[in-house]
Amino acid sequence: MSGVSVLAGGMLTTVQDLGRTGARRWGVPLSGALDRWSLRAANRLAGNADAAAALEMTFVGPVLRFEQPSVAALSGADLGAMLDGHPVAPWRSFSVAAGAVLTFTGARDGLRGYLAVAGGFDVPAVLGSRSTFLRAGLGGLDGRPLRAGDCLPLCSAAQPDGLVRRLPRRAIPTYGHAPAIRVVLGPQDDAFTDEGIGAFLGGTYTLALQSDRTGCRFLGPPIAHRGPADIVSDGTVFGSVQVAGDGLPIVLMADGGTTGGYPKIATVATADLPRLAQTAPGDRVRFSRVGVEEAHALLRAAFEALDAIGPAAPGGAADEEVYEEDSAGSLVADAYVGLADAVDGAHSIPECARRNAVCAAMPGLVVSVAVRSGECVAPGQTLLVLDAMKMENPVRAPRAGRVGRIHVAPGVMVEGGAPLVDVDEA
Amino acid sequence: MPALPRILDAGDSAIVVEYGRGIDAAANARVRRLDAALREAPRGGILETVPAYCSLLVHYDPLAITREALERSVREADGAAGEGAAESARTITIPVAYGGAFGPDLADVAAFAGLTEDAVAAMHAAGRYRVFMLGFMPGFPYLGGLPPRLAAPRLATPRTLVPGGSVGIAGEQTGVYPADGPGGWRIVGRTPIPLFDARQTPAALIDAGDRVRFVAIASGEFDAIARRVRAGAWRRAEAVGNGAA
Repeated sequence: MSGVSVLAGGMLTTVQDLGRTGARRWGVPLSGALDRWSLRAANRLAGNADAAAALEMTFVGPVLRFEQPSVAALSGADLGAMLDGHPVAPWRSFSVAAGAVLTFTGARDGLRGYLAVAGGFDVPAVLGSRSTFLRAGLGGLDGRPLRAGDCLPLCSAAQPDGLVRRLPRRAIPTYGHAPAIRVVLGPQDDAFTDEGIGAFLGGTYTLALQSDRTGCRFLGPPIAHRGPADIVSDGTVFGSVQVAGDGLPIVLMADGGTTGGYPKIATVATADLPRLAQTAPGDRVRFSRVGVEEAHALLRAAFEALDAIGPAAPGGAADEEVYEEDSAGSLVADAYVGLADAVDGAHSIPECARRNAVCAAMPGLVVSVAVRSGECVAPGQTLLVLDAMKMENPVRAPRAGRVGRIHVAPGVMVEGGAPLVDVDEA
Repeated sequence: MPALPRILDAGDSAIVVEYGRGIDAAANARVRRLDAALREAPRGGILETVPAYCSLLVHYDPLAITREALERSVREADGAAGEGAAESARTITIPVAYGGAFGPDLADVAAFAGLTEDAVAAMHAAGRYRVFMLGFMPGFPYLGGLPPRLAAPRLATPRTLVPGGSVGIAGEQTGVYPADGPGGWRIVGRTPIPLFDARQTPAALIDAGDRVRFVAIASGEFDAIARRVRAGAWRRAEAVGNGAA
């Protein structure tokens, strides 16, 4: 065996690179990593070219077994990586032995994490890219997310130089839940009233549940059109902010359609797309205006920050970070209940600190409840199904117990962190 | 002298070169001429171009070319592209089985047009179409030239699944769904030939600027072609001809 085996797929894990250019004229979107900066960073840390294929892992990471010794690096969202049970720091390269198992305990900051492995994942290039375009089932591993039983081959890597590469601490992004996103107005800002543009730039918008790799949908103050809410279809980009008849903004992401018939009030600055890619449903975003020249300066600065990646100073430099073993928990980590496909409960699933409630890891719609009050459940047994980000995610019992109070019913919308089901000690 | 195009920023890595804001064959011809000019003589820093009805989207690398140099380069290309018709020499012929299970909305379009279903099929197949752009999904062509009488509006509620190959009408546009997917166009027929194949170069059968004609076929012929497509015996050359239709 060689490469990397998939023991559990996680919530949504796909092979991504920097996407395919040249095919948008035929209606094939860019695809590739939503957080392109983090993908480049992970690749450089692992000793790869920027465009090598890596994994994009959404909120709940996969369970992976390395079948060969290798060098790897994690970037983007901190999903709580553990290598053979020991915490492993993101933003620096690490060596893995053959047979090592990488698990994730739950998202602490951000939504999408990246894993690059030296050499890059070796899936066939389609139209010049290895990235997965889910809607057309194109690229990546058979055009679909990873699942248990998959085996990912690796391209042959250069002989490891034994150096640990890292991103200096000052360059490591933090995401939080209320990012400010800079936009360039247009190309159809003249399709909106002054009040509409004021609402867009002055309001706070909440990322909606239906957001995915195609687009980030927002709820918030409606944006008024001057005239009809449609235009003759024209080209769109990764970052186009289109506003349909309901007045709510949708930012087209990497898998968005290449053309669209709604006017575009603005376009997200390329330098801020990574932070938008790291917002989760329920996060609150404010948009602010920059000019094209300023957006270019931001982008140059982002690339310069990547150039700070290099070998760690021997003996530990002043800003050498110590990774906390104890994740003295963000709300998200605390509330994590295992939307994951846990293999036989193999990785630990934290629960709400308060009471014995199993809580929602992110906002969602309760699709169905699979247990009744008083029923005994086994670890990993599905308690209910939550619909979030256009996926149905099973919420499983963290351990054996007896179902106590059920706080929700099918059809109910829940906030992130909301208690769902009490599982009392049997 | 034709009017100069408007150049608008679509963020920091693309510009829109706009020749109008309506569906207009003359504006679309200028889009295609600029597109052809930029593709034939690639300029440093320009990554790719996407033609639409009345504008060309130009993706660029702001680390490789300044916004100012890009605009100068695009305006030069536009000026040099001339006014002659940069028409594609290709005509793509698409066999279509109209009506029945293949075209569940043919009856509605017939009622809209005040014609029989057979007359609608004949009128659709007699049309001479030009590909204004591709978009929506890989290989989906937006065709201009639909006889105005057939310009039935979109469905009030889109279907969640339109079968690949479906030929639809939406107002004055007609088009073909290359793969299964949701859609609100009124479906009048279906073609058995593949419009998109990522393993081929180019991946899309049809490109912007091509002419398209539809040929009515019976369901038996649909099945025969579909069998050859499945067996890998169908060739694109069967659909692609040179010269005017």
